[in-house]
Amino acid sequence: MASVIAADNPGAAVLLMGNEAVARGAIEAGIGVASAYPGSPTSEILPAIADVSGERDIYVEWSTNEKVALEVAAASSFAGIRSLAVMKQNGLNVALDFLVNLNMTGIGEGGMVVFVSDDPGAMTSGNEQDSRMAAKWFDNPLLEPENAHEAKEMVAWAFEFSESVNLPVIVRGVTRLCYTRGNVVLGDLPAGMRKKARFSDVWDMYNPTKSKFTATPSPVAHRLLHEKFEKAREILENAPFNRYSGPDNPELLIIATGVSAAYSAEAVDVLHLKERVGLLKMGALWPLPKKTILQWLSRTKNVLFVEEMDAFMEGSVMELWAGAGLHDGGIRFHGKCSGHFPPCNEQGADLVIKALTDILKIEHQLIDADYKREAAEYMRLVPNRPINMCAGCPHRATYWAIKNAIALDGRNGFVCGDIGCYAMGFGPPGFFQARTMHAMGSGTGVANGFGHLGRFGFDQPVIALSGDSTFYHAALPALVNAVYNRSNFTLLILDNGATAMTGFQPHPGTGVLATGEPAPVVDMEALCRATGAEVMVCDPFNLTETTQAILTMMKKNAGVRVIIMRHLCQLVKVKRKIAPRYSMRVEPEKCIGESCGCDRLCTRVFGCPGLMWDSRAGKAMIDEAICVGCGLCADVCPAGAIRKEEVH
Amino acid sequence: MADLSKEPFNLIVAGVGGQGNVLLSAFIGMALVREGFTASVSDTFGVSQRGGSVTSHIRISRGVACSSLVLEGQADVILGMEPVETLRALGEFGNRAVITIVNPRPMQPTGGVSYPDLDEVRQAIIKLSARTMFVNATEEALEMGDPIYTNVILLGALAGADVLPVGREAMVEVLKARFPGALYDVNLSAFKKGEELIRDAAGIFS
Repeated sequence: MASVIAADNPGAAVLLMGNEAVARGAIEAGIGVASAYPGSPTSEILPAIADVSGERDIYVEWSTNEKVALEVAAASSFAGIRSLAVMKQNGLNVALDFLVNLNMTGIGEGGMVVFVSDDPGAMTSGNEQDSRMAAKWFDNPLLEPENAHEAKEMVAWAFEFSESVNLPVIVRGVTRLCYTRGNVVLGDLPAGMRKKARFSDVWDMYNPTKSKFTATPSPVAHRLLHEKFEKAREILENAPFNRYSGPDNPELLIIATGVSAAYSAEAVDVLHLKERVGLLKMGALWPLPKKTILQWLSRTKNVLFVEEMDAFMEGSVMELWAGAGLHDGGIRFHGKCSGHFPPCNEQGADLVIKALTDILKIEHQLIDADYKREAAEYMRLVPNRPINMCAGCPHRATYWAIKNAIALDGRNGFVCGDIGCYAMGFGPPGFFQARTMHAMGSGTGVANGFGHLGRFGFDQPVIALSGDSTFYHAALPALVNAVYNRSNFTLLILDNGATAMTGFQPHPGTGVLATGEPAPVVDMEALCRATGAEVMVCDPFNLTETTQAILTMMKKNAGVRVIIMRHLCQLVKVKRKIAPRYSMRVEPEKCIGESCGCDRLCTRVFGCPGLMWDSRAGKAMIDEAICVGCGLCADVCPAGAIRKEEVH
Repeated sequence: MADLSKEPFNLIVAGVGGQGNVLLSAFIGMALVREGFTASVSDTFGVSQRGGSVTSHIRISRGVACSSLVLEGQADVILGMEPVETLRALGEFGNRAVITIVNPRPMQPTGGVSYPDLDEVRQAIIKLSARTMFVNATEEALEMGDPIYTNVILLGALAGADVLPVGREAMVEVLKARFPGALYDVNLSAFKKGEELIRDAAGIFS
C-alpha cells in the first residue's frame, strides 16, 4: 500500500496520527535529513518518513542516542539542507548539551526543526517533564500545535521561521497530540531538484573567530543570539498559530497552549460562555509575543491559564505583566497558581469546565447523578488490570532466573533496572526484582557506584540490566567506566533483537537500517569483550542454565561480568511469522490447585497472561487466544501439570 | 446509515492491549474522514504493550475538530471488546441513553488479580446501557483460525448495528485500502461475520 504520508494529492483530507502529521509537514517542507532515537510518544515519526525516504530522497537514520541524532541533523542544516531531529522529553535532556551550543552558532542555511514530545500522565515514560522550560532557559524558539492538522502546518512553517532567524526551532508535542488521529488537509509536496549540499564556511587563519559554526567567543555569540531573538519575537507576533476568539472585552480571558486550547474551546462551548469568555489560543510561544499578549491583558480583569505540566505561559505572562507596570489594572490570575490545575498529569475539558464554573460561579450539571451513583456501585466488580509483559516475553524468563539466582546466592543481591519493557521489573511482571530505575543506561551507571562500596562494608551482589538498544544508547560508556575503574557487578544485557517497547525499531546490533536495508552489525559481544569484561551468552528460556550462569557470575565478586541474554522479542517473532515452538496444555488430574502448596505459583506469581486460573474448577488453564507456546511455564509448575509438546 | 444526531457524536472503544482496539478505532476514523466527517481518534492506554486497559475515544463532528477526549458520562455508543473493560467504560462514560455492543469473552487480568463473576458483569452492563448487544467476536475469530480477526468482526458488527453516521461501504473501502489481496478477502469475511452476528443479536433493553 502506498504511504498516505507521501500522497501527492494537495487539498485532500486524510486521517493522520499527530506523529504522521509531523512527518508529512517535514516532507512538505522538503527536508533532506531526519534522525531520531526511538521514544514514545514520538516513535512513529521517523518510520513514517523512512517509508518514503526513497521516493522523496530523504536520508533517515535511527541514531544511537538523541544527542547524536541532533548532531547528524545539524550537519545537514550547516550544509544548507533542511533537517528534522525527533525525540521524547528524556531524549531532549540527552541532547541538550549540543543544543545549548547549537543555538549560539546558528544552523546555517538549511532550516532545522527539533520535534520534542512531552508525556503528561507519563503514559509511555518513566517521568513527566515540561520541555518548554528548556526553550526559556537557553533561548530557543518554541512552537506548540493544537491538533494533527496544525502540527503539519506548524512543522512546515517552522522551517521557514528557522531559516529567517538562523536558529533551530523546537516544536513541542504532548502524548495526546502525537497519538490522536485527526483530519489533516494535505499540502503541496516539493517539486524540482534538491539543492547541492555544501559547507560554505571558510576558515580564515587571520581571523579564527570568523567561522559561523564555533560557539566561541561565547559573549559575542550570546549577544548575537539575543539580537536574533528579538527578530524571532517580531515574527511570532504575527504567527498564524496565535488566535483569539470571543468578545472584545471578555469577562474572563483564557490563555491556552497546544491541546489545552481544544479542551478550553470545548469547555466554553459546553457551558455556553462564548459571550462572556475569550480564548487566546497560543501556538507560537517563545520568544513570548509580548505585544499580542499585552493587548489582550488590557481588555480583561480575569485570566485563566490552561496548559499541561508546568506553569510555562502562566509564569511568563505574569512576569511580563509585572514588568510592563500594568499591575495597577488589577487582573486576577487563575491556573496552577490558584489551584485550578495540577502541575502534573494529563488534563482534559472536564477540568476546564470545573475551573470555569468555579471562577464564574455558575451551576452546571453535565452528568446524571442518579446514573453515576448506580454505575459507581457496579464498579466494585471492575478489577485493576496490572501492566504485564507479553506472553512469551524473554524478560519474564530472565527475571525468573534472576529471582532464583539471587535467592540461591543468599547475600541480598539486587537489580539496578533500566529503561525498556523490562522496566516493569520493579513490579509483579519482574517479580519485584528491579530496585533502582532512572534514565537510559543508569542501571549500569548506578551499579558502577555500588561496585565500589565494598570498602565501606557493602557486601551485596549487584546485577545491572540494560536492554540491547539501551546498551548502545547509554550503557556502553558506563560499562567502559566500570572496567576502567575496577568496579564489581554483573551486567545482564537483555538482547531481544529490537527496540521493543517503542515498536521494534532496529538498532546497531540488528543488522538493519531505519529504511529496512541491511547494515553492518555492531557486535555487542565483541564490544563487551573489548572492554576487558568477562562475557558469556545465554538463552534465558534455558532456565536452569541461565540461573546457574547468573549465580556463577554473582559469586565471582570481582571485576565486571557481562551476560548477554539473547532471545528474540515475542512480538518480533509474531511479525516474522515464527511459529510457536510448543503446544501447551494443563493436565487437570496433575494440577491439584490450592492443595498443591505452591500457592498458585503459575498464575499468582509467574503471571504470564497466557495462563488463567479457572476459579470454578480450582485449576490452572491455558488461554489459547493468548498463549504463544514458549514453553516456559512447564518448567515453572512444581507439579509438572503444565505440559509442553514440540510442534512439528 | 444514521445521521449525525448530535455533535460531537462520541464512540468509546474499550478493550485490553493486544486485542486490536487501536487499529479498529483507526479504521472507523478513516471511514469517517472518507465520508466527509471530521473525526478525532485518541487512545488512552497503560505503559504495557499488552494486557493493560485501552480506551479509544472517537469523536465525530462536521467542520471544526473537537478535543481528543470524551467528557465524563458523554458516550453515545460503547463498543466493548471485553466485558470488564465495557463495564469500566460505562462507569466513566455511560449514561441512560448509551448503546453498548459487547464481545462477551473475558480477558483474564494477570498478576494474581481475579476476574469477577461474569454473569454479574453482564447484568451490570445491561443495567447501565439503554440497549445492549452481545457479539461473540473472539469465539468466531478462533473458529476462523486466529483471534486476530476479533477487531474486524467487531467492526462489521458496528456497521451492521447502524448506530454510527458512517455505513458499511466506507468501512469496506478502508479494509480494501489497508489489506492486500488474500488478506483483504479474509478480513472482508470477518467483517461480514460481524454483520451477521449483530443481525442475530437481539438487543437487550434495560
